[in-house]
Amino acid sequence: MGSFFRSEQMSLAQLFIQPEAAYFVISELGETGTVQFRDLNEELNAFQKKFVNEVRRCDEMERKLRYIEREVNKDKVNIPDVRELPRAPNPREIIDLEAHLEKTEADIKEFSESAVNLKSNFLELTELKHVLEKTQLFFNEQDEAANGLDNKALITEDSNNPIRGGRLGFVAGVIKRERVPAFERMLWRISRGNIFLRQADVGVTLEDPLTGDEMNKTVFVAFFQGEQLKSRIKKVCSGFHASMYPCPSSIQERDEMLQGIKLRLKDLEMVLNQTQDHRQRVLVSVAKELQNWSIMVSKMKAIYHTLNFFNVDVTKKCLIGECWVPLKDIHIVQKALVDGSSSSGSSIPSFMNIIATQESPPTFNRTNKFTRGFQNLIDAYGVASYREVNPALYTIITFPFLFAVMFGDVGHGLVMLGCAMYMILCEKKIASYKHKGEIVNIFFAGRYIILLMSLFSLYTGFIYNDIFSKSMNVFGSQWQLNKSETVGEGGKTLDPFYYYKGTPYIMGVDPMWQFAQNKIVFLNSFKMKLSIVIGVIHMIFGVFMTIPNYIHFKKYSDILLQFIPQMVLLCSIFFWMVVMIFIKWFKYSSIHGDTPDVIAVGSSCAPSVLIYFINMMLLKEQGPVEYGCQKYMFDFQPVLEKILIVVAVISIPVMLFGKPLLFKMTHKNNVQKNGAIPSNGDVHQRQVQSLELTKITEQTMENSETNGNGVDKDVANQEGEVVFRPSSHVKKETGDDHEEEAFGDVMIHQAIHTIEYTLSTVSHTASYLRLWALSLAHAQLSDVLWTMVFNKGLTVNGYVGVVAIYLIFAVWAFFSLAILVLMEGLSAFLHTLRLHWVEFMSKFYAGLGRAFQPFSFKIILEEEEQE
Amino acid sequence: MPICGPKLSICGIILSVWGIIQLGLMGIFYYFGAMALAEDLPDVEYDGGDIKAFYSKVDAGYTQNAYNCWIAALLYLATLVFSAQQFWSNNRSSLSV
Repeated sequence: MGSFFRSEQMSLAQLFIQPEAAYFVISELGETGTVQFRDLNEELNAFQKKFVNEVRRCDEMERKLRYIEREVNKDKVNIPDVRELPRAPNPREIIDLEAHLEKTEADIKEFSESAVNLKSNFLELTELKHVLEKTQLFFNEQDEAANGLDNKALITEDSNNPIRGGRLGFVAGVIKRERVPAFERMLWRISRGNIFLRQADVGVTLEDPLTGDEMNKTVFVAFFQGEQLKSRIKKVCSGFHASMYPCPSSIQERDEMLQGIKLRLKDLEMVLNQTQDHRQRVLVSVAKELQNWSIMVSKMKAIYHTLNFFNVDVTKKCLIGECWVPLKDIHIVQKALVDGSSSSGSSIPSFMNIIATQESPPTFNRTNKFTRGFQNLIDAYGVASYREVNPALYTIITFPFLFAVMFGDVGHGLVMLGCAMYMILCEKKIASYKHKGEIVNIFFAGRYIILLMSLFSLYTGFIYNDIFSKSMNVFGSQWQLNKSETVGEGGKTLDPFYYYKGTPYIMGVDPMWQFAQNKIVFLNSFKMKLSIVIGVIHMIFGVFMTIPNYIHFKKYSDILLQFIPQMVLLCSIFFWMVVMIFIKWFKYSSIHGDTPDVIAVGSSCAPSVLIYFINMMLLKEQGPVEYGCQKYMFDFQPVLEKILIVVAVISIPVMLFGKPLLFKMTHKNNVQKNGAIPSNGDVHQRQVQSLELTKITEQTMENSETNGNGVDKDVANQEGEVVFRPSSHVKKETGDDHEEEAFGDVMIHQAIHTIEYTLSTVSHTASYLRLWALSLAHAQLSDVLWTMVFNKGLTVNGYVGVVAIYLIFAVWAFFSLAILVLMEGLSAFLHTLRLHWVEFMSKFYAGLGRAFQPFSFKIILEEEEQE
Repeated sequence: MPICGPKLSICGIILSVWGIIQLGLMGIFYYFGAMALAEDLPDVEYDGGDIKAFYSKVDAGYTQNAYNCWIAALLYLATLVFSAQQFWSNNRSSLSV
């Protein structure tokens, strides 16, 4: 299983595939997802490649599928998810599928065209119906008015009326509601107020036949006088996209027309319903297959796209491709080759051949759902160089631990645990949801990280004795106080001499500190020292991780010239500080006494570690101390400190000049040996691998022989292997390696590295103080939230308190979740990430590799889904 | 009959589960007079007077708060039932569409 310690061993393989079998073989490889193909036709443009036509056909099919899907979605037909992903279709089936798609697309297009026609017809008729109905009202009013005038005319015998009525023309129509005001104004302007416009809302929303959007329209009738105005009104109407309808002027005609229209509408409605039903039936039947088809087409497209990476043999009898394969998966690839060949019915086997290369292979870490999250954290910084030590392994523990140091609270840990458990228990259900949203996706991808972070913060919360800023008295406090003294305002200063029982609280911080006035003073100093201790250990561990790298890459000299001086520098300064912290913790206590022995180890004589440290760096003597105290914690401390500082200073030039000098010496030797290039350990190892692997391929070739196939061709292929490889690739590979580095370059590089490391020991140690700062901030914030919010509810007297508790709990819970768990959690997460990327990984991690991107249908489909 | 939406009802369920557990436990701790909660009692100012009267006041505060917490937990139980019913009816109505 040791594959998580380093990335997997990879090898470059050449695939020789018969053209008939190529499609099936690639399909099999896509299902397994174990190889990364290299593009051998990079220099060709897209149209010169061999399988352009097939790719374009797939594109066309995809376009059709997208069209059908859009139509299906428009009708709100549910597209069922497929349980089992279909395999890539047989190339013979493609034509069927293509024809089917074409037919379906044409059907749907026809449906929608005829539906649009019918609908626009329907719309016109309904509008006309509304025009007739609404205008009825206007005309009635007009007639009434006319009647009134007639009556008057009877009295006054004025003969103006028939002339006036005869000359008054009108235009009726329908216009969109939002255009009415502008329309009205325009009419008024062109006629200088001589047009009389009546309008009425249609009352029902109409549907646009093309887009299916809803429209609100208004019926209008414009009364005017004279032909010229009529043509002007018509122009305005067409300008405003108002539809005009002929409207007979007499009541009887109007009534007849209305009846006719109603009848036609009824017929049309029936036809429309039937068309809709038919369309629905077709769409539902298509929707069932839609997902299958689109998966099949994208698989097919991916296969042809990959085939475009292949070279064609001179004799055109086989396709040759190059790919990276993890060593462990070679048998899978071979099985895929055999399966692919047999399912194509080809008589000639396809086979693979491992080739030696100087090029650095891609990095591949096999992950499972638990480790993937952690690996992603590392890869976000930089993908590991090939076969470099993978920090993700240690991150699994150190990441949640450092997070928890900052986030230590049992209550908040439990809330987080609940979220993580929900995400893990309902894993399958949540994973099957589509369109979860980016933020949910991020949290879901990190669910196991969150789980571990919450478990670790339960632990640290227990050690800090914090549950929502309250402490738990699990084992019985070891401090003795009067009840009245604790309950009073502001608490009590805990002095171990007066109140401490003498035996420590079994595990974690004593609960009595919750009430102490000097709680912060105590916790500050404690957590600050703790964070330095943790940080220095973490960094030393990081420096130690360089050893596996040096050994693996056979840079043994670097252990002596890099690792040891780095270690000495870090330990002699900062590990010494850690040692001093522990000596102080063990040696001094709060015992009061009169004898000199007791006074010397009493609290008044406890020295400041920081002052010791500063004096050590400045090479100064310790200042005067109080009566009875000793200057140093032990007698030979000043001597030891001097030795340490000298050793540390010496280690810097070793780091700085060691490697360049060694380079110069070995380089001279090499020149004497006629410039023989020193063999790179990595390359050598890979050659050994490739030897083994050729054996494997030989075996398979033997197998193929037993199947009674053309042996001669195999041999011919293998002989011609070198010839087939494009010269540009061979050149590129050899060009990459063994660049002659000048001494100056090595020196400059080493100088930068040394300065960086030396300065970083100081700055990185200080950087770990963020553990203290954030942990303190978290504890204080949760304390403030409790006392400023929840406390207000709990201190209400009597049964009114119930309501107060009920309401204030909700507020407190909301802020606990939003501020303390979410915001503080994110900030602690970011700081932990920084501590890992900068402080831990900079000690040993190069991260210059490139990720292994296997050709896998699963990944391709997932990517498509995300788009 | 859905009154709150699906999100609000889920929010209500989570809040009331949290409330029931925490207030129930806090009630127990108050009932047994946990020291950690001594600062969260009504009227606990010690003015230097009769220490016995002060103690009885503190004890009364503990029991009072214990009952208050339990009743509030019961209120959250009612909230839970209500939200769960809402959630259920939301689910049903969304299924029937």
